Amino acid sequence: MKTQKIGAWIAILFGASYFVVPLIATFEFSLRMRRGEYSFDAYRSVFSDVQFRESFSYSIVMAILTIIFGVLLVVPTAYWVRLRLPQMRPVVEFITLMPLVIPAIVIVFGYLRLYNSSSFIPFTGSARGTDALLMFSFMTLSLPYMYRSVDTAMRTIDVGTLTEAAQSLGASWPTIMFKCIFPNVMSGVLSGAFITFAIVIGEFTMPSLLNRPAFGPYLQLIGANRAYEPPALAIIAFAITWLSMALLQLASRLNKSAPSRP
Amino acid sequence: MSAKQAIDLKKTAIDWLGITPFLLFAVMFLIAPTLYLVTGAFLNPAGEFTFDNIRGLFTDKIIASYWISIKVSLASSLGGAFIGFFLAWAVVLGGLPSWIRSSLLTFSGVASNFAGVPLAFAFLATLGRTGLVTILLRDWFGINLYATGFNLLSFLGLTITYMYFQIPLMVLIITPALDGLKKEWREAAEILGATNTQYWMKVALPILFPSILGTTLLLFANSFGAIATAYSLTGSTFNIVPIQLYAQIRGDVLHNPNLGYALALGMIVITGISNLIYIWLRMRAERWQK
Repeated sequence: MKTQKIGAWIAILFGASYFVVPLIATFEFSLRMRRGEYSFDAYRSVFSDVQFRESFSYSIVMAILTIIFGVLLVVPTAYWVRLRLPQMRPVVEFITLMPLVIPAIVIVFGYLRLYNSSSFIPFTGSARGTDALLMFSFMTLSLPYMYRSVDTAMRTIDVGTLTEAAQSLGASWPTIMFKCIFPNVMSGVLSGAFITFAIVIGEFTMPSLLNRPAFGPYLQLIGANRAYEPPALAIIAFAITWLSMALLQLASRLNKSAPSRP
Repeated sequence: MSAKQAIDLKKTAIDWLGITPFLLFAVMFLIAPTLYLVTGAFLNPAGEFTFDNIRGLFTDKIIASYWISIKVSLASSLGGAFIGFFLAWAVVLGGLPSWIRSSLLTFSGVASNFAGVPLAFAFLATLGRTGLVTILLRDWFGINLYATGFNLLSFLGLTITYMYFQIPLMVLIITPALDGLKKEWREAAEILGATNTQYWMKVALPILFPSILGTTLLLFANSFGAIATAYSLTGSTFNIVPIQLYAQIRGDVLHNPNLGYALALGMIVITGISNLIYIWLRMRAERWQK
């Protein structure tokens, strides 16, 4: 037992140093911009960069749009599958897992061939169209996470009873959807939203190949051309990921404190 | 058609109408693009059926890039699985204070999502030529890391970097499996006179084996498809398959679009097989977690 505990401590100390040292090193590096002393110059330089602000806000807008459209697609589908088409569940679940199986770069390769300006649906023919295609590609990327968290939240409510109760009170389908189902799966929606946000903000492959000015390609560009801004940006990106995950944990805790069965 | 049949038909139609948006989305943004590439891999530029593109994959340059991709993915998944398993074991069965467990799991949630370009920056600041660890090793211990042949922009460097998201993913998936090891199994084994080693070799590891192997495969697929970290770490000098595909999409460097489709097909086959085995093993493993 004694040796087991020592072993456990060694494992944790090793793991902790592997995880923490790069963060310390990155932070230290980001402070080195001024010769001979530590300063926050690199951060100042990042925040005053117009391109940073533009690409960052572009990605935030894209993330919000992805979350809105993703939720509008996933919640009704998960609801309907549970209510009316339980035999389709394995199929729908398999489809939602596909983005984990097919690498992102392959998916976007397919888009570029299928939806180029000379094709039947020319998404990439205009900037707005490409933005839409990029949003759909982000929805695809986040589909596994969004679907799983919404479906998990839906497991704890009895959709059949809720729907019948609402219908017998004369509610229409939109009322059932937005006043009964959505509030009940809010914790799942929020979990899905925060993980989507974390994924979309830093995504490089898709916006880079679709040539849109998102945060991921901007990071790559800065990394290739500057010395001290990249570690500052890495710290900022890490903070954003941390914040998203903290909010996610908060959302899933809300779920646990709610009564599990009506 | 009787009235009842008509009503049934209408109900079925409405049932299917409900998931039409989802199916449409899936066809447009997942299935059709994939099928387009897969069929393109078996066509020549004139649109006739051929195996030439598949044969074209077996040239030195492309085989070399698949091989380096497989090596990096294999090393980072095995390393990630090994270290991740011990970390999970330490917090579940090592008798450590409970705050260590919750901080490890929280941190793993963050770190498993901290990939892409920023991760490359972090490791450049750590193990790059002027990185903190490189400098400290030189100043404190007199070890010149880069004189020993180490290079962050290499197989070893990329593997160490990838493990930063591989280990946490392993921790997140394997911790519930370790939680599922029942105390009774250990007690039963001990009453029957089993040693600690025997318990692990004959009881615990066989039960955990599907989870461990399955998660390793998931990690493998996870790093096989990753591009952003490697691309911003090494530029296009390090020829893993996703980087080669990226260059092909940008500028047809293979001078044959259909060969590009075959390259993509190869990636789908490799990540697809490892994921399918993972899903199958996971279903087996879940029997023990009930």
